[in-house]
Amino acid sequence: MTEERFDAIVVGAGMSGNAAAYTMASRGLKVLQLERGEYPGSKNVQGAILYANMLETIIPDFRDDAPLERHLVEQRFWVTDDTSHTGMHYRSDDFNEPAPNRYTIIRAQFDKWFSRKVRAAGAIVLCETTVTELALDAAGKVIGVHTDRAGGVIHADVVVLAEGVNGLLGTRARFRKVPKPEAVALAVKEMHFLPEEVINERFGLTGDQGCVIEAAGTISRGMAGLGFLYTNKESISLGIGCLVSHFAATLESPYALLDAFKNHPSIRPLLAGSEIKEYAAHLIPEGGFKAIPQLFGDGWVVVGDAAQLNNAVHREGSNLAMTSGRIAGEAIAAIKSRKHPMTSDNLSLYKAMLDKSFVLKDLRKYKDMPALLHTNSHNFFTTYPQLMSQAAQNFVRVDGTPKIEKERATTAALIKARSRWGLVSDAVRLALAWR
Amino acid sequence: MTASVVRIEDKLYQNRYLVDAGRPHIKVRQHQSPSPNLLALTVVCPAKCYEVNEDGQVEVIADGCMECGTCRVLCEESGDIDWSYPRGGFGVLFKFG
Repeated sequence: MTEERFDAIVVGAGMSGNAAAYTMASRGLKVLQLERGEYPGSKNVQGAILYANMLETIIPDFRDDAPLERHLVEQRFWVTDDTSHTGMHYRSDDFNEPAPNRYTIIRAQFDKWFSRKVRAAGAIVLCETTVTELALDAAGKVIGVHTDRAGGVIHADVVVLAEGVNGLLGTRARFRKVPKPEAVALAVKEMHFLPEEVINERFGLTGDQGCVIEAAGTISRGMAGLGFLYTNKESISLGIGCLVSHFAATLESPYALLDAFKNHPSIRPLLAGSEIKEYAAHLIPEGGFKAIPQLFGDGWVVVGDAAQLNNAVHREGSNLAMTSGRIAGEAIAAIKSRKHPMTSDNLSLYKAMLDKSFVLKDLRKYKDMPALLHTNSHNFFTTYPQLMSQAAQNFVRVDGTPKIEKERATTAALIKARSRWGLVSDAVRLALAWR
Repeated sequence: MTASVVRIEDKLYQNRYLVDAGRPHIKVRQHQSPSPNLLALTVVCPAKCYEVNEDGQVEVIADGCMECGTCRVLCEESGDIDWSYPRGGFGVLFKFG
C-alpha cells in the first residue's frame, strides 16, 4: 500500500470528499480516499436536505438508486415566542414534478450510497483510517499523508482536504486556523420515529411528499440560532443550532435548548408519541465569505465545510460542499491531463473555477450578514419575534378595542422596544447586508 | 415529554459508540482553577463530557463524545485542552447522522 503512489488522496468521505473522489476517479485518476469512520457516513451529521441540481451535475441518474426520504412540497418559516408562532407557509404542487428539486435524506445511508458510486468509479476507499498528519517535503509542498495504520507516508501528487468543519490536518499544517467560536454554530439533533401514515396525516402529505419547518425567535434565547424540523419517510429530524460564542456567553445547555424547542406548543403535537433513536451534535460553519481560508497551496486544496463553504442565510451547506468537491476534482483532472505539476500556481485553477460558480458568488453576496445577525442577536432573535407575536395577536384577537387603538399600541410597542432610530437603522443594515 | 430536567445519559444511550478503552482522544491540561471557557464546557458540551471535580478542576470523560469540536473551538487555542480524533473506527458511530 505505502509503496503505491496516487494521483490524489482525498481525506474524508462526506459530501465534498465523495464528490471530489468520484469526479477524479471517473476521469481516470488513481484516487485513494481515507475515512476515519467504520463506514462512510458514520461520522457525518446533517439536517438533512439534499438539493437535487448539485448532485445531478455529478451523478445525473442519482434518483434511480439513491436513498432519498421525501421530496419537499412545503416550506414553513416560523417566528416564535414562548407560546406562539407567526409563520409563512409556502406549498406548491409545482414541486410534485417528475424530477423533484429538493429531498430530505438520512446522511449515514446517503453517504454509504455515494461511497458505493465512488468505488464503482474506480477509487480505493479505506475506512477506519484516521489521517494523523500531512507529509510535507523540505520546501513545504504536501507530498502525502501519515495515517494511524502501520506504515510510512502514503504518497500522492495532491491531497484534497475534505475533512469537515473540525478538520485537524489543515490547521496543524497552518494552512488555516481553528474556526473561531463566533464563526461556527453548534447544532444538536434528534431522530424521532413515527409511522409513515402518522407523519402524512400530521403534515397533510401523501406518498413521499415532505414538509420542512424552520423556526427562529425566542427558542434560541437571544442567541443567533435556528430550529428545524424535517420530515423523513418514517422519522422526523428535529434540531436547533446556535453560535458557539453565544452558547459560551449565555451558558445555555444545547440539550436543554433542544428539549425546550421540542416542548414548544407549536412543535410538541407534531412529535407526540414518537420514539427517539439517535442524538447527534455537529458544528456548522457560519462565518460566511470573510471566514473562508486559503483554498489551495503546493500539493493541496481544501473543500466543503473545512473551507467554511456554507451559506447560512439559505441554510445550504452540502450543496456547496458537493460543488466545491466536484470543482476541485475537475481542476485537478485538468492539471493532470496537461501533465502539469500540482503546484500552488496550477491549483489556483480550483479557486478561479469556484469564483465563477454560485458557491463564491452567493457567499460574497451575504458577506456582511454574519456580522449583522451575530452582533444584534438579541434584537433579531428575541425582541422582534416577541413584537411580531404581539402584533399578530393584537390583529387577530377581537375584544371590542377599536382597531385604531390596536394599531397605535402595536406601533408604540415597536418604538418602545427599539426606538425610531433603532428600527430604521436595523432595517437599513439588514437591507445593505442582504443586497 | 414533561420532564423538566434533561437527562443527557438517556439521550446518549440511544447512540452507538466504540470506545477506545484507555486512549481518550481529549485531554484537559493540568490547571489550578479553570479558565472561563473551560468551565463553560461543563454546560455547553452537548454530550456533557466535562465536569467539575471535588477540587474545582474541570475533568473530561470522552466516552460519550460526539466529536463535534465545540470544546476544541473554545479551548484548544488557549491550551486548555489537547484535542485529537479517535483512532480509525473508534468513537461515535452514527446510524442516521
